[in-house]
Amino acid sequence: MRGRRRMRKIRLSKIYSFALCGKGTLEGEHSQIGGQGFSRVVFCNEEGVMQNYSDNSVRSTKYTAVSFLPKSLFEQFRRVANFYFLVIGVLAMTKLAPYTAVSAIVPLCVIVGATMIKEGIEDWRRKTQDIEVNNRKVKVHKGDGVFEYTEWKNLRVGNIVKVEKDNFFPADLLLLSSSYEDAVCYVETMNLDGETNLKLKQGLDVTSSLQDDSNFRDFKAVVKCEDPNANLYSFIGSLEFEEQKYPLSPQQLLLRDSKLRNTDYVFGAIIFTGHDTKVIQNSTDPPSKRSKIERKMDRIIYFLFCLLFLIAFVGSILFGIATKDELDNGVMKRWYLRPDDSTIFFDPKRVASAAIFHFLTALMLYGFFIPISLYFSIELVKVLQSIFINQDVHMYYEEADKPAHARTSNLNEELGQVDTILSDKTGTLTCNSMEFIKCSIAGVAYGQGVTEVEQAMDRKIGSPLTHEQVYGTESESDENRKSSDRKTRIKGFNFTDERIMNGNWVNEPHADVIQKFFRVLAICHTAIPEVDEDTGNVSYEAESPDEAAFVISAKEIGFEFFKRTQTSLSVNEWDPVSGNKVERMYQLLNVLEFNSSRKRMSVIVKDEEGRISLLCKGADSVMFERLALNGREFEDKTLEHVQQYADAGLRTLILAYRELDENEYKEFNNAFYEAKNSVTADQETLIEEVSNKIERNLILLGATAVEDKLQNGVPDCIEKLARAGIKIWVLTGDKMETAINIGFSCCLLRQGMRQIIIHLDAPEIQALEKGGDKMAISKASRESVLRQISEAALQLTASRGASQQAFALIIDGKSLAYALDDSMKNLFLELAIRCASVICCRSSPKQKALVTKLVKSGTRKTTLAIGDGANDVGMLQEADIGIGISGFEGMQAVMSSDIAIAQFWYLERLLLVHGHWCYRRMSSMICYFFYKNITFGFTLFLYEVYASFSGEPAYNDWFLSLYSILFSSLPVIALGVFDQDVSASFLNYTNKECKMSSSAGAGSSAGCSTDSLVRQWFSSFA
Amino acid sequence: MMEPHSAPTPKKYSKKPKYSKFSQQELPAWKPILTPGWVISTFTVVGIVFIPVGLASLFSSESVEEAAIRYDDKCLNEIHAQNAVAFIKNDMTNKTCTTSWTVERKMQGPIFIYYQLDNYYQNHRRYVKSRNDKQLVNPASEGDTTNCYPQDKTNGSMPIVPCGLIAWSLFNDTYKFWVNTKSLTVNKKDISWGSDRSHKFGSKVYPKNFQLGGLVGGAKLDENMPLNQQEDLIVWMRTAALPSFRKLYGKIETNLEVNDLVEIVIENNYNTYEFGGNKRLILSTATWIGGKNPFLGMAYLFVGGVSLLCAIVFILLYVIKPRPLGDPSYLSWNKNPGILK
Repeated sequence: MRGRRRMRKIRLSKIYSFALCGKGTLEGEHSQIGGQGFSRVVFCNEEGVMQNYSDNSVRSTKYTAVSFLPKSLFEQFRRVANFYFLVIGVLAMTKLAPYTAVSAIVPLCVIVGATMIKEGIEDWRRKTQDIEVNNRKVKVHKGDGVFEYTEWKNLRVGNIVKVEKDNFFPADLLLLSSSYEDAVCYVETMNLDGETNLKLKQGLDVTSSLQDDSNFRDFKAVVKCEDPNANLYSFIGSLEFEEQKYPLSPQQLLLRDSKLRNTDYVFGAIIFTGHDTKVIQNSTDPPSKRSKIERKMDRIIYFLFCLLFLIAFVGSILFGIATKDELDNGVMKRWYLRPDDSTIFFDPKRVASAAIFHFLTALMLYGFFIPISLYFSIELVKVLQSIFINQDVHMYYEEADKPAHARTSNLNEELGQVDTILSDKTGTLTCNSMEFIKCSIAGVAYGQGVTEVEQAMDRKIGSPLTHEQVYGTESESDENRKSSDRKTRIKGFNFTDERIMNGNWVNEPHADVIQKFFRVLAICHTAIPEVDEDTGNVSYEAESPDEAAFVISAKEIGFEFFKRTQTSLSVNEWDPVSGNKVERMYQLLNVLEFNSSRKRMSVIVKDEEGRISLLCKGADSVMFERLALNGREFEDKTLEHVQQYADAGLRTLILAYRELDENEYKEFNNAFYEAKNSVTADQETLIEEVSNKIERNLILLGATAVEDKLQNGVPDCIEKLARAGIKIWVLTGDKMETAINIGFSCCLLRQGMRQIIIHLDAPEIQALEKGGDKMAISKASRESVLRQISEAALQLTASRGASQQAFALIIDGKSLAYALDDSMKNLFLELAIRCASVICCRSSPKQKALVTKLVKSGTRKTTLAIGDGANDVGMLQEADIGIGISGFEGMQAVMSSDIAIAQFWYLERLLLVHGHWCYRRMSSMICYFFYKNITFGFTLFLYEVYASFSGEPAYNDWFLSLYSILFSSLPVIALGVFDQDVSASFLNYTNKECKMSSSAGAGSSAGCSTDSLVRQWFSSFA
Repeated sequence: MMEPHSAPTPKKYSKKPKYSKFSQQELPAWKPILTPGWVISTFTVVGIVFIPVGLASLFSSESVEEAAIRYDDKCLNEIHAQNAVAFIKNDMTNKTCTTSWTVERKMQGPIFIYYQLDNYYQNHRRYVKSRNDKQLVNPASEGDTTNCYPQDKTNGSMPIVPCGLIAWSLFNDTYKFWVNTKSLTVNKKDISWGSDRSHKFGSKVYPKNFQLGGLVGGAKLDENMPLNQQEDLIVWMRTAALPSFRKLYGKIETNLEVNDLVEIVIENNYNTYEFGGNKRLILSTATWIGGKNPFLGMAYLFVGGVSLLCAIVFILLYVIKPRPLGDPSYLSWNKNPGILK
């Protein structure tokens, strides 16, 4: 409780000088409220007012109890073959049937029934999931200031809810107040965008005082806002409270599926419920996915239908001729058939109609061309195959106790066909934990850790010595993970260097620089410490994992930041003189926030001695030019180290400082204060200018290198997949620099690759953006992107002849929005396909899905999307195969994926082993099916030659109908489940030469597997 | 996992899949590689096994004595040959005809007597369906004549038992045999399937209103004999699959010696002239392989022969022009890289 009080004192909004400045005004967009698309009116806290908005229950099932039977039957008979057999079943009850009706209907019922049971079980699983979500509990205002727990599903628009720490928001809420005085709260949006850093939201000032349950006894307000839509990052509305109108912005909106963090509780009014919430609006309906083989199979079935009709037609004509022959001028030939006294079906006097009826009979008879049990057998085989996938110990992740889980069994064989992998980054390629691994201080490189990229590179070079070493460290780290008691690993800190650790840095030549270096790390940030009352351990809540890593490493070295107040930071420092820990307090004067254009952050602090200094950290691109002439002592060395770090796939930041004298600071502070309080539109620019002025003449301290820890085996896996001819695209919400770094560390980008970067950071566009003329911005942007794409295409063409240089395309979200335009998307795709690697950064969930769609429809090859967060859901659903990483984060991605695995590198086994097997098994099984049914069907037809085409089947009724569903299907199913053309180890290690089956259908890789044979089979039919 | 409302389940059991060779798809498998040694020895073994089997069955088939006597043409004298249909349809004409046959080799009893019809479509769908199995077995369903049209009811609308075209067209030629002026008994017992007699034809069902209509198809039935004893009918009603078929007429239990002169008296009643069918009388012995049928033996001989031939060719190839095993230059994509895109 004490900790809470302490935090309460901080007006957190003070720390954030920029982020919260943009308070909305009632002008501009807000004038649309009440108009079309902005018609929603929410009466908060008024029980009596009837509102026609949906309730808060969500449903993700395909069927309801009522609709199950009709809908699933409809689904079943949408399949041509099943529909055909239904028609046959009906016809079989007439006199036309060559066999008894029961023998035609029973197999159909068995097949359809079995499939429906399967569907039902699958839907039931989804249902239980829904029930769990809908019955989660949250405190809601019941009147008279009393809050009671109620189920999520019972929430209505306008309710006031109280959400407590670490709970999910049950609906889209309007933030009214929080446990903090200024109504701020921290929100984790992992499920929305996959980012793990905390976002700050702030309620309106007028409601921020409603901090107690009892405040809501008489609370009344009306919210007018936009209609439900899928845009996560915009919200336009107004709040009428106490006869005043206040504008609302996304800053006040708490979205469903995000989580309250670091805040004890918030009060919120429900604006959107259930299916109206932005998250659910964002999720597209789960499309039913079908594999290519299945679609191809449909074509073959159509072909077989044509064959069937043709044969039946021929048979009927011949039957007509034979029947006409029966009666020659009233003289019977085959008297024992009594042609003189016949029914319509055999009457020589009415040959035409007899032949037409015979045609129907023939359709039934030769129906054995169509394998009735094919669909069911395929489904059965797929389920069995997925059991094998689920049972694979090689895809079981010990640490999280998660085996692989094939959620839909539809796509097993598609795994062997993947052409392009679209991967999320955070949590998929990386563990999403930053680790401080190296640093360069005063021109000396510290840190002996080996990064994943270095390991990968060593492996590539293949020198046996490093090889051994690498494997040594790897197994060691594995062991480390398994036996955590051997050495307690500190999250975010992976730094080992005897020269610095345990206080040894004092003996280094530049001890003073080292001291300043870590002081910067300990002070220059916006993290909030949380002291565990019992153990005295300090943990940090930081905006980004990088920052957390810095503070943690400073703490580990001996600069323990432990307390933040509104105006000061307290650090326990190791004092080299006394050899003791000394508490030092720094007065926090200003925070110059990080943003993507500044690429740096500074704090101005006054220490106990009264010295004012500016501590700055930032990207090398902006930092080196800001150094003072006398601050460049270590520049060359540092640059060199930074280059090395970047090559090793690390994120680097440059640290520098500057001492300010009193006057200089005053001058700055006045200007800064003025800028902050200006109400003009270019306020931000003003602040930036002021900051810019002070962040000069810095003295270089060194550079940090943080590893965005890749998941186990990612570079290796990516390389193997690449060798198997699979293209990998990375779609990430991250910054471009980060994305490029990760690209390097996971072998996606290599030194020597030419990078094509498409962005909209050109000065003229930024200038336009400041102007705010939307039309002009979009026009200029469009032109710019188009120009960049065509230039890149030219470059590519030019270099194609000359060298074998590989290209990498990197595009940011804003440009992507234009590149995905109808007019440009084909150009873009063409360019992207020709590049060896593609990275899309800063992309929104929708863009991810759009890119996936573009690749899928543009290349007509199988795409696989892999991701772990709710922001990947669209992408997972859009791709031919969606793979969810069942990591430690939310279940959204897994819930909408087709197959869930725990680690990225299992993809290798999944695709190269299971994918290959499943594809081969499935194709040989389907071929086998057609083979056995066609041969069987032909014997029936050939027999007709000996039965004057009368439509008499050659076999017994039950034999006929059981042939397909029983007698001949078991061996084929066994083949489909167990057959292995080559062993798993062979597939794992020889895919270099064997470009697998990934391009079957396109017909580019002959051989290796018998897929070519299968393909010939298929192509000879379809 | 920080699911708020799902209580953290104690991890007592792990979800780790159980390791077994089966679940990991690591069961030992035999993946034969077709080396020359394997191929040649397989072919040789097939040849060595099949050829003797073929010879044995061919020999056995050859040892069957069979005589086929076509009589539909023989039994027409020159006058009737002009208009065979009119002759056969005329009830008044004498249709008895006699023919003789000399035994060429000794025939060991029992000697089976078949009649063979050619170009007779017992497998026509209309014909096959034209019966009512319930009526045949159950006296209570006598009136059930579904599927039997037009042989379902008499003009007086009495149900016909047995109804339908099959029964109506029952074969009605008869044969009598004399050897050296001594009559041979033809055993007509047990010429049908036992299961047919016990399950398909009732012991209490008697023929009724049979062959009373204007158009008489074939044989008449003894109205005092239950259907399950009418073995000729039972044999006939088991319809033949192909348009040329033999049906068992009876058995001669004695042996026939060489040069025995068998005189056969045929009642040539059955109308095959209208649709141009042939009639034959077959006398045949049987061995373990059945009647005379050289096909099986020939097939064995053929396959065995081809296998041996292949074995020899492969041996020659292996000796003359050997090829290293697993030479990748023979793979399609190494052979002809130009074709690949």
